Amino acid sequence: MDQTESDADLIAAVLKGNTACFEPLVRKYSSRLFATARRYARRESEVEDIVQEVWTKAYSHLATFRGDAPFEHWLMRLAVRTCYDFLRKHQRNRETNITELTDPERDWLEHHVSGGELDPERASAAKQLVDRLLAQLSPSARLIITLLELEDRTVKEISEITGWSIPLVKVRAFRARAEMKKLLSRVARDKYL
Amino acid sequence: MDVNDLQRKLFAQAKSIPPADTVPYAFEKRIMARVESAPPTDGWLLWGRALWRGAAACAAVSILLSVWAIWPSTNGEPATLESTVFAAAEQPSEVW
Repeated sequence: MDQTESDADLIAAVLKGNTACFEPLVRKYSSRLFATARRYARRESEVEDIVQEVWTKAYSHLATFRGDAPFEHWLMRLAVRTCYDFLRKHQRNRETNITELTDPERDWLEHHVSGGELDPERASAAKQLVDRLLAQLSPSARLIITLLELEDRTVKEISEITGWSIPLVKVRAFRARAEMKKLLSRVARDKYL
Repeated sequence: MDVNDLQRKLFAQAKSIPPADTVPYAFEKRIMARVESAPPTDGWLLWGRALWRGAAACAAVSILLSVWAIWPSTNGEPATLESTVFAAAEQPSEVW
C-alpha cells in the first residue's frame, strides 16, 4: 500500500470494503489518542480501553465522516466524547478529598504560597497536584478545565468538540474554575494558614 | 495568599509536561483484529435482523398458543379456551 495515500483516500477505500486501509489511520493517529486518553484516565488498562473504543466507534461510524474538516478533528472529537463518557461512568470512583500531599507537592505549594517564581524543576510536582485536583472535579468540570487550561482550547473549539452550546461552555467553565479554586484554596489553607 | 495566582502558576507548570503519547506494542494489530471481526454497521442490516428476531418471537408464541388450544384436555372436559369463548353464546338466558 502506498504510504503517501491521504486520509481521504484511505477512508474511501475502507468504506468500499477494504478494511486493511484502516490500519495506516490507526498507526498514524493512535499516539495522539493515547495522549488525550491519558489526560482523563490514570490506569494504563483504562487508557487502552478508551483508545480501543474510540477506534471501534471510528470504524463503525466512518460513513458519517463527511470530509469537510480533517479526519484528525473528527477523530479527536470522538476521543474527547469517549473520554467524557468514561469520566461519567466512573464518577462514583473519583477521589473525594486529598488526604495527604506528597513531599514534592508540599514543596511546590510552600514555594509558591510564599511568592516564589516558577521553577521548571518543580513542574512534575505541579502536574501531579493538578491531576489530583482534577480527579476530584465533576466530569464536566474536569473536561472543561483540561481543554481550556491544559490544552489551551478556545470556548468555540470546546463547543465544537463537546457539542455543547457556547453559553453552556461558558457557564460550565465559570463553575469549573470556581470549583477548582475552592479545592486549591482548601488544600493550601489546610497546610499553610 | 492569592489563589488566582497560585492556580495560574499551577496550570502553567502542569501544561509544560504533556501526557505521554506512547502506543503499546502491536496496538494497531489488536485494533485491526477487533475491527475485522465486527464489520461496519449497516442500518438496514440491523433493521432486518430486528425484524427477523421479532418474527421468530411471534411465530414461537403462535405455535405455543396453537399447541395449547389443540392439545386435548387430560380430564376429559372441553378445552378451557373454547368453552370460555363460547360460554356467552351458548347460555344467552343466563347472561341476560
